[in-house]
Amino acid sequence: MGWYNKRLAKSIWVFHVSASPCNNCDIEILDLLTPKYDVERLGIKLVGSIRHADVLLVTGIMNQKIAPKVRKIYEQAPKPIFVVGVGTCPSGGCCFNDSYNITHNRKDVIPYDIYIPGCPPKPEAMIAGVAKLMEVLNE
Amino acid sequence: MIGLKFLYLLGFMVATAVFGLIVGWVDRKLSARVQFRVGPPFLQNFNDFFKLMGKETILVRNGIHWLFITAPLAAFGMLVLISTMIWTALILHRGFGGDLIVVMYLMMIYSVALVLGGASTGNVYSSIGAGREIKLLLGDELVFIMICLVPVIQSNYTLRLDQIITHQAENGMVIGSVSGAIAFVLGLLCIQAKMALPPFHIPEAETELVEGPLMEYSGPLLAFWKLNHHMMYVAYPLLLVLLFFGGFKLQGIDILWAVLKYLLIVVLMILIKNTNPRVRIDTALNFFWRIAAPLGLAAVLLAVLGV
Repeated sequence: MGWYNKRLAKSIWVFHVSASPCNNCDIEILDLLTPKYDVERLGIKLVGSIRHADVLLVTGIMNQKIAPKVRKIYEQAPKPIFVVGVGTCPSGGCCFNDSYNITHNRKDVIPYDIYIPGCPPKPEAMIAGVAKLMEVLNE
Repeated sequence: MIGLKFLYLLGFMVATAVFGLIVGWVDRKLSARVQFRVGPPFLQNFNDFFKLMGKETILVRNGIHWLFITAPLAAFGMLVLISTMIWTALILHRGFGGDLIVVMYLMMIYSVALVLGGASTGNVYSSIGAGREIKLLLGDELVFIMICLVPVIQSNYTLRLDQIITHQAENGMVIGSVSGAIAFVLGLLCIQAKMALPPFHIPEAETELVEGPLMEYSGPLLAFWKLNHHMMYVAYPLLLVLLFFGGFKLQGIDILWAVLKYLLIVVLMILIKNTNPRVRIDTALNFFWRIAAPLGLAAVLLAVLGV
């Protein structure tokens, strides 16, 4: 599948999943699509439908109400699908870690492939994160 | 003999697909340059296509599965037929009695396939998108038929594409006349609506309907829809070249002319696409029925009078 993975690495369509974020990472994700960063030159495209996606960009702390829905979205995506946790929230919980309503076993809801830490991460960091995913695919 | 014809079909299919994916790159690159971006690499559309071919196809449980699967393949077949007819008329100078009527008919069936495929899933967004596609079809079809009549009338009432070309080679291009010029401008806008490009991307409005009829499609079926869209970039401008610019010859310096004629229409389409916001469905219908249709009728009357 090496040849196919190389095609996949060059054409990553991302779908943005807001799992109860504070909206900071989402704004930075939108920054990625502006002319300054222009991710289309790497073949990355933001799609609106989960059926077209190759990568889920999950932002936010994922509270108990949204967790089943995120799982449902993951199951609706056509495989192969990769999950990227954007921001500190998916990995560490950031300042919301002691809240009463968060999902503590976020890793069991959907399998994260890579994390991009930062609160919020800079667009450059996000590009670097997706480039890491491309490296893995290209091997 | 039938084997040879089948080979033509296959050859034109592959040529149109490859050419279409390359023109799709021109579209994306030019749009990116208009927005001061760098734009995707040359093989981006090929990568997209092959990537989608390898993804999983998900069938919606409550949908009509056979319609969902056959709609993109039927639309692909229609586009292969359209482009084969246009290429044979342009390169081989061959045609039969009712060429143009069959081409117009097949172009309508493409939209019908898109409507059926979108509506078969039962998804709300897809259904709204399919409904809008029907309304847009009602709008642009009348104008499109009228502007197709102009070259027909000017070349002594023949419907054969090859005879339209030979008539223009002898008597000058259709666009040189007043009626031809009006019809060409309207034809450009009709093509824009038929391809669902801005300002008429009402059926697949990304920001409100996600992707419209294509929303539930994934994997190879989506790849075929994307390929169809790129093939339209070849077939429809070539039809305009044929009807209004008198086709082209593929020898010597004429190759340059052929490329220039085709690129003129494609670049015009891309620039219209990049400089216009999306119109509402009622605005589009108003435009096509109240402004474009009388203008088209005027063009037909002028053509009958010989202007």
